[in-house]
This record gives sequence, structure tokens and C-alpha cells, in this order.
Amino acid sequence: MIAFTDVSVEKNGVAILGGITVHLKERRVGIIGRNGSGKSTFARLFNGIEKPTSGRVALDAPHEREALRRHVGFVFQNPDNQIVYPIVSEDLAFGLKNLKLSARETQARIEAVLERFDLTHLRDRFTHQLSGGEKQMIALAGVLVMRPRMIVLDEPTTLLDLWNKRKFMTAIDALDEHVVLVSHDLDLLADFDRVLHIEDGTIVADGDPATVVAGYVASARC
Amino acid sequence: MLTDLYVFADSPVHRARPVVKIAALVVLCTSLFVFEGWIAVTVAGVLVFAGFALAGLGPRHAIVSLRPALWILAAIFAVQLYMTDVVFAGFIVARFVVLILAAALVTLTTRTSEFVDGILSALRFAPSWVPKAQIALAVSLFLRFVPLVRTALDDVREAQRARGLDRNLKAILVPLVVRILKTADEVSQAIYARSFD
Repeated sequence: MIAFTDVSVEKNGVAILGGITVHLKERRVGIIGRNGSGKSTFARLFNGIEKPTSGRVALDAPHEREALRRHVGFVFQNPDNQIVYPIVSEDLAFGLKNLKLSARETQARIEAVLERFDLTHLRDRFTHQLSGGEKQMIALAGVLVMRPRMIVLDEPTTLLDLWNKRKFMTAIDALDEHVVLVSHDLDLLADFDRVLHIEDGTIVADGDPATVVAGYVASARC
Repeated sequence: MLTDLYVFADSPVHRARPVVKIAALVVLCTSLFVFEGWIAVTVAGVLVFAGFALAGLGPRHAIVSLRPALWILAAIFAVQLYMTDVVFAGFIVARFVVLILAAALVTLTTRTSEFVDGILSALRFAPSWVPKAQIALAVSLFLRFVPLVRTALDDVREAQRARGLDRNLKAILVPLVVRILKTADEVSQAIYARSFD
């Protein structure tokens, strides 16, 4: 699905990621690692928000960075920083306008995504008046309405309570799109196909969730 | 809050094209300064109140729109009263009230996305070097992030109060500015991620 070839990222002369080579084709991929390990920078490479200092990130087809942005959606930890417009329906339309879709197609996609997640009642609500869980669902809907092939989520449940976390993860589980989830909540990754453990800017473990998470937990013991 | 001002309805004023409303607002505001005197203010006031009635808006909406500016209006009145007389001070304040209500009529009846489309229409004939889409997006972001900055200010103030620093301007401004800049950074990433050029 997506391939990283000898990808490195440097910021202000400091190496954040170094020589990452990995090919991800599984439908559910988890990324774990301690704070400052480089996992968020790695996640931002998926859709071109972050640019590699060297190396190459590419979808299976010979796409370039613009295609990455078009085909890979990104959900941030804090939905307040992702929602651009004051009214839900306007915000959902934002990405579609950027894709230059017709008004009819835009409206149809908005209705479809709202129905898909049972959010139709929020269509005309002010975004800043929504609960944290509702905002995160709208942020997710705002990405899915653009119909990406892959969706990357950077610690999307950190600000959610237990109920909203379960609701959000139920929605994620039901997605047909490929999902890459960065999370400190290891329970969420139990059913995933593959987990990457990143430390000091490199992948130190890569495999099934049980093995990788067990190694991660063991490394965290003081 | 500013973004709470939009009132959902289906009136002729709501349906009017945003660019027409913005143009009408510009003409009305300019006229109020070109044609000085009580007659101009009265005519403009009648037009604005007619607009409110046509949009199905009541006195409550007018009061809510004026409330944030009341202390500024009071200050203007006091200064004019000191410098001139009560009639002229009243005229100046009345003119500002009509201007504020006219602007409120536009924001009360225009969604942000329509407002942005209106700005884009108005900039249609601007030279190619004018970043039209960026200007329109900046306006929408301003409206969207007023409540967010307000929330950040409340959070920082509360945190500093817990440390006994709620009256220390530097202790409030520094973390607030840092937080706003970090937010702005992530917002720009989010906008990029949603295919905005």
C-alpha cells in the first residue's frame, strides 16, 4: 500500500527519523513509542505534511507527494485544530471544495458521511459547541468525506472519555479504508494486523501486536 | 460569541447573495459618512431595522450584537460630550450603533462559508497576484478561532490563578502566545492535509 525507502527527517540539524525502510500493506497498522520517539513525525510523512530530508515515501502506484495528500487522510489528536469552519456542514464541505467537486456531489458526500456515522443531527451545529467526542467524530468525517484510500490517526483518543473512545474505535474498526493508528493506548491495537515500535527515530520492533506490545511494555519497566 | 451570531432561518435576507450583502454594507457605511446629519442616520437606521424585520430577527439579536461594544460607545459618548455637546455626542454614537447593527445583520444572516464565497466573488477581478483563496480562508479562520483563543485564554488564566499569578500579564501572555502559535502550526498542517493549496 505504502512504502518508505531509506527515509530520514532532520529538523534544525537534529535527526528525528533515520533511515526508515518499511512497506506497509496491512489494513490495520499500529505505531507505538515513547514521547519524542519520532512516531508523530513518521505519521506525518504518510500524507506529506512532513517532508523527508532524504529518502522516498510512495503509494504502491507511482504517486508523488500531491497524490499522498489526496489519498491519505490524517486525523489529529486535537479536533479543535483540525476543524476549520464554525458550522459542521461547512467544515465537511471544506475539503471537498478543495477537490473542486460540484455542489451536488459535495452535498451528497456530506449527507452520506453524516449518515454513515449517525451524525446527521449535528449537520447545522456550531463546531465549538460540540462535545469532545462529537468534535473528534466530525474531524474523522471531515477526512473520510474526501474518500481517502488510507487514514492516519495521531493519538485520536487521547482527549476522549471511555465512552467516546469506544464509540470512536467502533467507527474506526468498521472502516473499509486502510488505517494507521498512532497510540499510547495499547489495548486499541490488540486486533491490529501489524504494529511498529519506534524509538529514537528508528523502527526497533515490527510484527504482530502481541509480540511488539509485550516487548514495548518490557522496555518501559524501570 | 462572535460565531454564535449566525441565526438559522430561510428569510429573503438569508437567501440574498453574500456579495450583495457585503456591497450593501459597504455602501451604507460609506453613505453614513458622506451624508452627515440626522437624516442620513435615521434613513440608514430605518433600513437596518427593516432588514432585521425581514430576516425575522428581534430586538434580542440587536442587543446581543451591541452588547460587546457598549463600553466603547459609552467612552465615545463621554469624550464627545466633553469636547462638543450632548446632541453631537448622541449623533456620533447613533451613527456607530447603526454601523454595528448593519454589520451584525450581515453576520447574523450569512454563514461563514457563504461569507468566504462572497469575498471570493468580490475579489474575482483582483489582479492574479492577489491570494484570493488565502484571504477568504483567513477570514473564515478568524471567525472559527475567536472562541478557541478565548478558551485558551481562560485555561491559561485559570492555571496561573492556581499559582497566584493571575494578575501577572507576562505569566498569562507568554503561555497564551506559545499555545496559539502551536495551534496555528497544527491548523496549517490540517488545512494542508485537507488538500487546500
